[in-house]
Amino acid sequence: MAKLKMTSTVVSQEMIATDIYSLWLRAEEIAVQAKPGQFISVYCKDSGKILPRPISICEIDKEKGMLRIVYRIAGEGTKEFSSLVSGDTVDILGPLGNGFPMEEIKGKKVFMMGGGIGVPPMVQTAKEAEADVTIIAGYRNSEIFLKEDLEKNGRLVVATEDGSVGTKGNVMDAIRENNLTADVIFACGPTPMLRAIKNYAEENNILCYISMEEKMACGVGACLACVCKSKEVDHHSHVHNKRICKDGPVFLSTEVEL
Amino acid sequence: MNTKVKIAGIELKNPVMTASGTFGSGAEYSEFVDLNELGAVVTKGVANVAWPGNPTPRIAEIHSGMMNAIGLQNPGMEVFCERDLPYLQQFDTKVIVNVCGHAPEEYLAVVERLADEPADMLEINISCPNVNANFLAFGQDPKHVEELTAQIKKVAKQPVIMKLTPNVTDIAEIARAAEAGGADAVSLINTLTGMKIDINKRTFALANKTGGVSGPCVKPIAVRMVYQVAQAVNIPIIGMGGIQNAEDALEFIMAGATAVSIGTANFTNPYATVETIRGIEAYMEKNKIEDIRDLIGIVK
Repeated sequence: MAKLKMTSTVVSQEMIATDIYSLWLRAEEIAVQAKPGQFISVYCKDSGKILPRPISICEIDKEKGMLRIVYRIAGEGTKEFSSLVSGDTVDILGPLGNGFPMEEIKGKKVFMMGGGIGVPPMVQTAKEAEADVTIIAGYRNSEIFLKEDLEKNGRLVVATEDGSVGTKGNVMDAIRENNLTADVIFACGPTPMLRAIKNYAEENNILCYISMEEKMACGVGACLACVCKSKEVDHHSHVHNKRICKDGPVFLSTEVEL
Repeated sequence: MNTKVKIAGIELKNPVMTASGTFGSGAEYSEFVDLNELGAVVTKGVANVAWPGNPTPRIAEIHSGMMNAIGLQNPGMEVFCERDLPYLQQFDTKVIVNVCGHAPEEYLAVVERLADEPADMLEINISCPNVNANFLAFGQDPKHVEELTAQIKKVAKQPVIMKLTPNVTDIAEIARAAEAGGADAVSLINTLTGMKIDINKRTFALANKTGGVSGPCVKPIAVRMVYQVAQAVNIPIIGMGGIQNAEDALEFIMAGATAVSIGTANFTNPYATVETIRGIEAYMEKNKIEDIRDLIGIVK
C-alpha cells in the first residue's frame, strides 16, 4: 500500500463548536493504512483553489473504512468543506506524514497535549495508546469540543484561556496547577504552545514529540514549501531544514528549532 | 501513432515532462506515477553547494494559482550526483538536470561536475525570481544571457536548455540571445514575480515578500510567450506555465512547443503528468493525428 489520491464519500458532518466541524469520510484505502498523528490533504471543488488543505486525522475506523477529521474554518477552502453533507464526495490525498511513534509510549506515563485545533489528533492517538494517558487539552473558552471522545480514551485535564472550564490559562498552566508528571509528551498545537512544551520537556529531561504545521503545497515532500528548522544538518536536505509533510509532521522536540 | 519528439538529438518517448522544483528528483511522486511513462523528469534546481532556501511561509495560494518563494533549497551537486541521479537512472525516462547559481562560476562548477554523469540534458535556471536580486539581471538582460549561454556551452557535455523568465519586456529578444549564445533549446516560462498581502496579519503572505506566480492563471501569458519565441528562434521550445491537462499541453504544442512541462498541477493532482500523456494520445486518436510533430507550431 502507498499513499493515494481518491474520491471519498461524506458519511456525516456536524458543527461541534463555533467554526469547528467534525467530518466522517468513507475512504477505505486510506483508512486501512492510516496511523495516529498522520494527516490527509483535502481538495476543494472550486477549481480556482488549486492547493489541497492539510488536515490532521482525528479518528480512524479501519473496520468501516472511515476517517474523521475535525477542522476549523480558516478561509474559503475550509468554508467550502463545512457545507459538505452526507452522500457528497470529496477528493483527498493520504495518508500523509509520519504520525506519532506509538512504540515509544508503551507502558509509560504520557501527556497528550493539544491546543485548539491541535486537539483532534489526540483522539486516535489516545485510542491506540498502550500507556497511562493524560490528555491535556487547551481551548479558548467553554466550547471544549471532543470532550467525550477524549474522556473515553484517557484522563482529561482542560485549560481554557478565559478560565470558564478547568485551569485558567494554557496547557502548561494546567500541568503546573495539577502537579502532573510524565515520561513522554506528545503535543500538537500553535507554535508558541509547542515552544513552551519543548522548553519544559528539555528542562525536565522528558522525551517529547511535537506535531508541526506550515503552509503546504504538494504534501508529499517534493516542493520544499513546508520546512522547519532542524538543529543538525538534515540527512535528506543537507541543510538545516526538515520537510514537515514528509519527515514530520511529528518531530522529536530536540531535532527542531522553534 | 507517434508521440516521440526530439530535442537536441535526444529522443523523448512523449512530449510530457515535469517542471523543475515541483517534482523533487522524482522519488516522492513515484508513489503516484510510473516515472517510466514520462518523456523526461526535470529535477529540482541543483547548485554547486547546498542552499538552505528562504524562510517560511514559502508559498501562498492565489485565485487559480499560487506563489512560491522556496529560494532554490537544494542539497548541492555532490549529494545530487551520489543520491538523486542514480535513483533516476533506474527508470526508462530522460533526465534533465536543472542547474542554478548566483554567479557564472557557480553555474559552470555544476555543469562541469555533471559532465560525466548520467544526465541527458541540462536546463539552466537564469530566471528564478527568488534569489539574490542582483543576479536577476542574468535572465533579464540579453547580453548576459548570450554570454552565460556561451560560457556554459563551452564546458557542457550535454545539450543545454536555457530557462527563460517572463519578467521581461520582450521575451523574443532574450530567446534570440540564448540561441546566439549556442543554446540547444529554451524552456519557458518560469514564474511571474508577484506579491500577496495578508490583510489580517498586515504583512506579506510570503516571508520573502515577493514570489513566483504559477498555475492556471498564468497560462495565457505563457502560451503567448511560447508563440512569440517560436516566431523568433529556430531551436526547440519546452513550454510550461499553468498546464493542468492534455488540452492545456496541446495549446502550448500548437503555439510552437516541442515538449511541455507540468509543474504546479502536480500539487492539484499527483497523477497530472500521466493523465496528460493519456489525454494527448486520446486527442490524437480522435482527430486522426499520426504524429505529434505535425501539431508543433501549427498555429501561425
